[in-house]
Amino acid sequence: MQTNLPSTFFTAPPEFGWIIILYFFIGGIGGGSLLLAGLLRLFGIPADRPYIRLASFLAVVCAGISAVLLIADLSSPLRFWHMVIQDHTLLPMFKWWSAMSDGVWILLAFSLFAGTATIDALQDIEWPPMRTLRSLLRVVRFISRPPFATISAIGGIVSGLSLAGYTGVLLAETNRPIWSDSSWLGIVFLMSALSTSMAAVMLLSHWRRVHETSTLEWLTRFDLVAMVLELVAIVCFVISLGNAAQALYNVWGVALVLGVMVVGIVVPLVLQRRSNHGIVLPASLVLAGGLLLRAVVLLGSERIHVVGTQVVR
Amino acid sequence: MGTRMLPIVSQAVSPAALASKPEPTGFFTDTTICIGCKACEVACKEWNQLPARGDGGAHLEMSGQSYDNTLELSGDSWRHVKFIEQFPEPYEGRWLMMSDVCKHCVQAPCLEVCPTGAIIRTEFDTVVIQSDTCNGCRDCIGACPFGVIGINHVSNTAQKCTLCYDRTSVGLEPACSKACPTDSIQFGPISELRVRAEARAVQLREQGETRAYLYGADPNGPLGGLNSFYLLVDEPEVYGLPRDPKLPSRNLAKGSLLSSIAAFGMAVAGALTLRGRRMKEVAEASTPEHVS
Ligand code: SF4
Ligand code: SF4
Repeated sequence: MQTNLPSTFFTAPPEFGWIIILYFFIGGIGGGSLLLAGLLRLFGIPADRPYIRLASFLAVVCAGISAVLLIADLSSPLRFWHMVIQDHTLLPMFKWWSAMSDGVWILLAFSLFAGTATIDALQDIEWPPMRTLRSLLRVVRFISRPPFATISAIGGIVSGLSLAGYTGVLLAETNRPIWSDSSWLGIVFLMSALSTSMAAVMLLSHWRRVHETSTLEWLTRFDLVAMVLELVAIVCFVISLGNAAQALYNVWGVALVLGVMVVGIVVPLVLQRRSNHGIVLPASLVLAGGLLLRAVVLLGSERIHVVGTQVVR
Repeated sequence: MGTRMLPIVSQAVSPAALASKPEPTGFFTDTTICIGCKACEVACKEWNQLPARGDGGAHLEMSGQSYDNTLELSGDSWRHVKFIEQFPEPYEGRWLMMSDVCKHCVQAPCLEVCPTGAIIRTEFDTVVIQSDTCNGCRDCIGACPFGVIGINHVSNTAQKCTLCYDRTSVGLEPACSKACPTDSIQFGPISELRVRAEARAVQLREQGETRAYLYGADPNGPLGGLNSFYLLVDEPEVYGLPRDPKLPSRNLAKGSLLSSIAAFGMAVAGALTLRGRRMKEVAEASTPEHVS
């Protein structure tokens, strides 16, 4: 009988599909990468420079893709600017109590700091066409010097972490099943963003043949912490769903346990302990698990809707 | 956040208009006298020039299970007559009918989350989406506790009942209540409607329909009360309505706080471990090598 269903089951799905899943995934990688770049810039050693470069480039690419995905997902994409400027008054549009409004400004700040991090990283590149570009970049060279370098790194850390975590809060600030039945989704997405971004940076470094043992060791250890906390956060999230957890008594629940938790977190953790498996396999599994996590959370909720008076799931 | 009403950024009501603010108006729907004729649905579609469901009417979609072929409220259908068929035995049972619509919540979840300021509260205390501002982000669709809002496939924006703002602002009654032949849908000042609704519920209970109660009429109830409220004779869920509708911001403070603590912890952990590594490297570099 549907009288014992949670109230969130009587709502309509906003049709957040694969575009939003990809945005959450790519935005998370970008946010985590900018955090890494900022931490390494502030507290690292000179040998970390190649990793800072990779993480900064990754962040700026993710910022661009995220903006395109978000605009493409709007039902009226040409009105994307209504998110930042009120169309009737041309005043800034900001509602701190709307996580979506916060997210737009977070993405803007993130893009700014990803840009300054990239300008800083470009100074190192010895590739010939870069020399011409560098003469242009000389105008903004002050960005790489104190105090701007420090401001840019701290801004990157704060905006990166915010971008990585706000998406879970955005979903929680609805009335939809799964999303709004818990306050833990922000932490889950944050930890997943950190683990996937470290996996992406490690894969990139492998591909670019960048190898600095002490940086890699630190990344692996930090990744381990993020993955263990992600596992704990997912368990807390599912427990906190209470009666609404029934929304996951289906293929999406199986995907969460087997795909996300086992294949996407536990297996890479085990593989990382045995270092003879290299970077590629565990990092790829972490990335696949991160994408699947977002698919489970979004599509697991999206399928629930009311037809006539019956809740369909 | 509790159920405190949050301020809105875009406000259609000027200070002068607020000073001479008319009484809040809305609907009282007595579901016990709805005959399922769907005159309200048709009147709404006609007045608001709404397209047919699905592909704009090129193919007529039938649900195949019920006389209800509208199936849900959406950007194209702002009224929906629900048919609840309760037939435990072939010759014993009842049909419950309910004309559903936007509840024009006093504390409106859709208005709370809208990031463009497209959703506003009017001088009649009703909730309206400004179609020229909405960009179709669909945040409001997931925020509405009643599944009211949908994307209109002509305007490509989120749309729902405006409580006929264009009619009420010139003193006319909304199209649906005007068309309703049994007065199941009644329009008027909320204070008057509440008195009338309470009297009707009492009358029904005295006549033996002890299940009669009002859904959404209590200003101290969920969402500060609904400006479109109902008289029902079964559990809310039977009508496809949530028992306990809430504001989406209930999760905002806790969710943000938990995430911020975790984010801060990870940043500090990263900084400390990196700093430790740097100190170690410096120490190793300055230690003179032992000569064996
Ligand atoms: S019923 Fe839904 S659409 Fe209508 S005012 Fe309330 S939240 Fe908004
Ligand atoms: S779809 Fe339109 S009305 Fe709804 S939240 Fe987005 S901008 Fe506001």
